[in-house]
Amino acid sequence: MIKKGIRDGIPIGLGYFSVSFSFGILAVSNGFEWWEALLVSMANLTSAGQYAGITVMAAAGGLVEMAVSQFVINLRYALMSLSLSQKADRKFRGIYRLILGFGITDEIFAVAMNTGKEIKRSYFFGLIIAPYIGWTLGTLTGAVCGNIMPSVICDALGIALYGMFIAIIVPAAKKNRAVLFVAAVSAAISCMFYYIPVFDKISSGFAIIICAVMASALGAALFPGREAD
Amino acid sequence: MDSYEFLLYLGVMAGVTYLVRAVPFVLVKNKIENKYVRSFLGYIPYAVLAAMTIPGVFYSTRYFLSAVCGFVTAVLLAYFGKSLITVALSASLAVFVSGIVIDCF
Repeated sequence: MIKKGIRDGIPIGLGYFSVSFSFGILAVSNGFEWWEALLVSMANLTSAGQYAGITVMAAAGGLVEMAVSQFVINLRYALMSLSLSQKADRKFRGIYRLILGFGITDEIFAVAMNTGKEIKRSYFFGLIIAPYIGWTLGTLTGAVCGNIMPSVICDALGIALYGMFIAIIVPAAKKNRAVLFVAAVSAAISCMFYYIPVFDKISSGFAIIICAVMASALGAALFPGREAD
Repeated sequence: MDSYEFLLYLGVMAGVTYLVRAVPFVLVKNKIENKYVRSFLGYIPYAVLAAMTIPGVFYSTRYFLSAVCGFVTAVLLAYFGKSLITVALSASLAVFVSGIVIDCF
């Protein structure tokens, strides 16, 4: 089972390498040391949260802002972890969940939920390995090479992370009007924070939280039960 | 930011991220029944990603115009169901090429 998990994880690992490469570049260009970028990736294993996290640090935001922004941005993992808990088999509990819960990401979750009726702990463990290595190595390579690479290339790879975000939103919005509505509302509020001078005082971390909570609450009020259509 | 401060922030960041993942996984055995709460949680990832992408993506490269090229490329490929990695790397390629073209003028 562990071998099957490792095999299923390899495509995710390759994808993570290129995306975390761009995270490494982004972190270094925001004034972080290469080992700081590496530690962030090793300890968090998440794209959106890390991106927001280094934004908060670079802007010298408060610890509360850091905690709240991480909580809101990663709240989706709580939902995934809920679904996983329903599908994990009898032996996948207690200490195993405590340890392997660290490895829940959007892609790992999606692949794990796709395999059979129950999820075995050995399979889930195997599944995490390649993505973790890819994420860590990609960050390291990006952070180290980012310093010596020509700016044309750094510039181009800097958009890769946004590319991944777009690749998650667009297919979901295409399939589901409610998701399209929520994403559009959130983007509109985000533009408001960005372009209207009155909102200058609000840090980007809190701006993301406010956008996400307002748009999702509106979505839940108008289209309850349509999030997974 | 010095190393001590960095580690303090990192600790808070990693701690919250870990707890959000692990606590429901370990503790919750029943499904959430409230449909409003379920919907709210379900919409959160898309709302977060949309707010982070727009308008940030347009200022993520040296030229606004090449960022627009990358953005349009990503949206089109994503619309036609290409994988995460294809979309991400194609957007990079579009920024790379358009950046060089703009440099020429």
